[in-house]
Amino acid sequence: MTSEPTTPSRTTHSWTTPSQTIGPFFHAALPWADGSDVDPDGDVTLTVRVLDGAGELVTDALVETWQADAGGRFDHPEGGGSSFRGFGRCPADATGTAVFRTVKPGPLPAEDGLVQSPHVDLSIFARGLLHRVVTRLYFPDEAAANATDPVLLSLGSDAGRLVATAVAGGYHLDVHLQGAAETPFFAV
Amino acid sequence: MTTLHLPPQYRADAGSHPLLDSPAYRSTALRHPTRPLRLLPQRLTELTGPLLGADRVHPGDDDLTQDRGGEAVGQRIVVHGQVRDSDGRAVPSTLLEVWQANAGGRYAHVLDRWPAPLDPHFTGVGRCLTDSEGRYRFTTIKPGAYPWKNHANAWRPAHIHFSLFGQSFTQRLITQMYFPDDPMFFQDPIYLSTPEAARSRLVSAYDHSATVEEWALGFRFDIVLRGRGATPFESDQEVGSDDV
Repeated sequence: MTSEPTTPSRTTHSWTTPSQTIGPFFHAALPWADGSDVDPDGDVTLTVRVLDGAGELVTDALVETWQADAGGRFDHPEGGGSSFRGFGRCPADATGTAVFRTVKPGPLPAEDGLVQSPHVDLSIFARGLLHRVVTRLYFPDEAAANATDPVLLSLGSDAGRLVATAVAGGYHLDVHLQGAAETPFFAV
Repeated sequence: MTTLHLPPQYRADAGSHPLLDSPAYRSTALRHPTRPLRLLPQRLTELTGPLLGADRVHPGDDDLTQDRGGEAVGQRIVVHGQVRDSDGRAVPSTLLEVWQANAGGRYAHVLDRWPAPLDPHFTGVGRCLTDSEGRYRFTTIKPGAYPWKNHANAWRPAHIHFSLFGQSFTQRLITQMYFPDDPMFFQDPIYLSTPEAARSRLVSAYDHSATVEEWALGFRFDIVLRGRGATPFESDQEVGSDDV
């Protein structure tokens, strides 16, 4: 799956630089004018709303997305060749919501003949988050593919929390950082 | 119950990173997930990642001291270093973004109410790409410490925020660079949230070889991102060990 040629030994391993919070004052630095336009001509709007453990809107969040194109390819040497940027970056607004213009990704191959249902990887950053949290967005109109997706299967009855809701023009997902409706987050 | 044959796992280095639940940093209280993180085997979406290139960086983005026809106030510094992954490989051509407070400890941000003066010639924003050997360099001014309301008489140590992408989704990192021997470390819950053995990796080193005579002090800050090699999961090395 990867073309990296070497297996590192313990002696060459270095420990990673620790993560720190993005803080509340990233707005001058990180958002881009076109950050929300994963595909400016895309026909799908994704809205991601972030809530805390009290159900309050996280208005100082930054949401990033990473996804394949409609054919299941990435703009990356290991991604099958695509000119589709695949990356979105949007600060939450006063309603805790980040909005992306994009296309729906295609399914992706996995090991052992498995197929991954169309999905978007999400990173959530915010004041009070010392490390990003990672989750996925799946699509409600992919019921058959979602039913055999290996990641959703691993979540059991929590899988539905990653499946967006169909709304006019696209899809919406609430991400709960904590609480009774806490979103499943992944170690990557 | 479906049994999956999972693809290779990668060294997560959990012992280097803060706990999401760090009560002394009060903002974590309602924002840390309470359920264990689920394993996300690294498949195509995680092995790939945004490769944001030169079109995101403009001439002068690596010099924060010149803006709107004037020069920023403060101690001019050069910050440089090398970006590697934990397998020892340099990370070339990756976008590095920085942001920071001005010399008085104030961000050019509408919500920063700390009444230190704003500097009309300092936005506190910089960008550059690492070179073919993973090296970066930018020129800025030393940021000031500033108070915040986390606890009584709370002050953030001087710091510069860094954002890096690496070459895969798993390598994404937001961190903060601190300055050596800062007297504010002892009371800062964000710095102290990092496991003690890993804290030194957040602190830059004074680098006399990078200091420019009669012009700027030099600091070196090397950054190590997650590895991308197919390192088998080795549970005895995973948590709490640190042999650096």
